[in-house]
Amino acid sequence: MTPTSQKKTPKRTPPNKKTKKAPAKASPKASDTWDPNIVVFACNWCSYAGADTAGVSRIQHQPHFRMIRVMCSGRIQPGFVLRAFEKGADGVLVSGCHFGDCHYIFGNERAVEQFEKTKNVVRLLGLEEERLRLEWISAAEGVRFAKVINEFTDQVRALGPSRLRPKRQTG
Amino acid sequence: MPELAEAALKTNAWACYDCGKCTATCPIPRIGGDYSPRKHVLAANLGHGDDLVKNGSLFSCLTCGMCDRRCPAQVGYTALVQKLRELSYREGVEPECPHGGALHSVMRMMATGGTQQDRLRWLSDDLNTDPKAGQVFYWTGCTMYYDAFFPDFEIRTLEGTRAAVRLLNQLGVEPVVSPDERCCGHDLLWNGDRKSFELLARHNIKLVTDSGAKLLVVSCAECLRTWNIDYEPFFESPPPRIMHITEYLSERMPELKLKENDGQKVTFQDPCRLGRHLGIYDPPRHVMKELPGVELVEMRRSGPGAMCCAGATWSNCDRFAKRIQVERLREARETGAEVLVTACPKCQVHFRCAMKDPKIGEEILIEMRDVAELVSDALA
Ligand code: FES
Repeated sequence: MTPTSQKKTPKRTPPNKKTKKAPAKASPKASDTWDPNIVVFACNWCSYAGADTAGVSRIQHQPHFRMIRVMCSGRIQPGFVLRAFEKGADGVLVSGCHFGDCHYIFGNERAVEQFEKTKNVVRLLGLEEERLRLEWISAAEGVRFAKVINEFTDQVRALGPSRLRPKRQTG
Repeated sequence: MPELAEAALKTNAWACYDCGKCTATCPIPRIGGDYSPRKHVLAANLGHGDDLVKNGSLFSCLTCGMCDRRCPAQVGYTALVQKLRELSYREGVEPECPHGGALHSVMRMMATGGTQQDRLRWLSDDLNTDPKAGQVFYWTGCTMYYDAFFPDFEIRTLEGTRAAVRLLNQLGVEPVVSPDERCCGHDLLWNGDRKSFELLARHNIKLVTDSGAKLLVVSCAECLRTWNIDYEPFFESPPPRIMHITEYLSERMPELKLKENDGQKVTFQDPCRLGRHLGIYDPPRHVMKELPGVELVEMRRSGPGAMCCAGATWSNCDRFAKRIQVERLREARETGAEVLVTACPKCQVHFRCAMKDPKIGEEILIEMRDVAELVSDALA
């Protein structure tokens, strides 16, 4: 196949092509050309399925996140989120089922407790709280999933790269 | 492994004559765990490093220093563990942290730096401190992180920090309390992450040196050990005088105006870092004895033989650690004391956690305070 010319954008681009840009060097000033690294934790029963719904329904959203599936949002302890930040994530989204829908009944209530702790620590560390978000997304809410992702990606992009990103080390 | 021989040489391990006292006094086997310092020393001496370094058993050591004290050949087992863990870490062996590695992540992020921490929110208006320069630097340690991270244990380690500042103020000192202080790196060093430790050490030493302080007062026993022993090679200029808050208070006790108290029985938990690692046993006791109405009763094992809180470095919490904690708390209750006083915030975290046991919680429940809190409460 020949590379597509720039004359016309095809009507239906695969989701991951939409916002694809030339790889840009991360620098706080070039925030318009910079794409954040976002880690999304999603529970198996709702949010992960919600992402699936967004995918099969071909709902467009920004692709700058890696998804980590866990059985329940209650599993997402502060260590997960903090390690993501330690390793250089610019934003972390924690998602699970709506209250009352958790497959394990009260797992998401536990998730809220864990999230509060995480947030306290993130605040102490001096990271912007906007880099951390908790959302409930059901399996049917593909549109909402895309909306949350877009909103959150924009929010993190506006903040620029995390200042806690480890400097690239050689060796 | 050439490092193994070097570690054995530096820590006197070669002097071991295989008597087994270390394993006999080690709190873990005593409580039923399968752990043997003697085996480790032998393996190090024989150069059987591969298994020793890779099987992760080194991370079970409480680093309490009990064996060091008993060893007739002066083998520094704890120091050996510290060195060997570095090799383990290099091999990718990491301890299992009961908190999902959260606290180690926090420390590593502090080592990376780049953000302005928001660590001084606890400073209330009645406390006078200087953020930059002064004669006395007060080292807070990471109590604000513990309080934020363990709300479920109802710990209040920050109360001890506040009390220490209040006492310094009372003695006419306006200490430097810096928003740029970072974790001392104790736990990272003891988990083998020397690189992050060095970053933290350099940062902290510069911070204190730049403040112009002649005296560094430290509340946390682990920070104190780190400042006193592990930071030593990093000082470029002569270090300030480094004192534990109880040492400082014990010197200046007569200057404090104290009120009468109608009697309180307390007992004291010697933190391993303060006691066996640094040999500071008397100052905290002296301070408590000076408090009117306070009666200090010792636990069955106290001073150099005191049992550890079984949780240094956030790495070795398992069922044996829990048993050690429960046993220690029982000892504390046996004394009939109302308050278990300690001089290290981590002892507080670990004992409070043990008290949460739904089955035995009632039997081992006891109030815990920091020495500084006790003194601050006694102020007239
Ligand atoms: S299963 Fe989705 S939050 Fe528990």
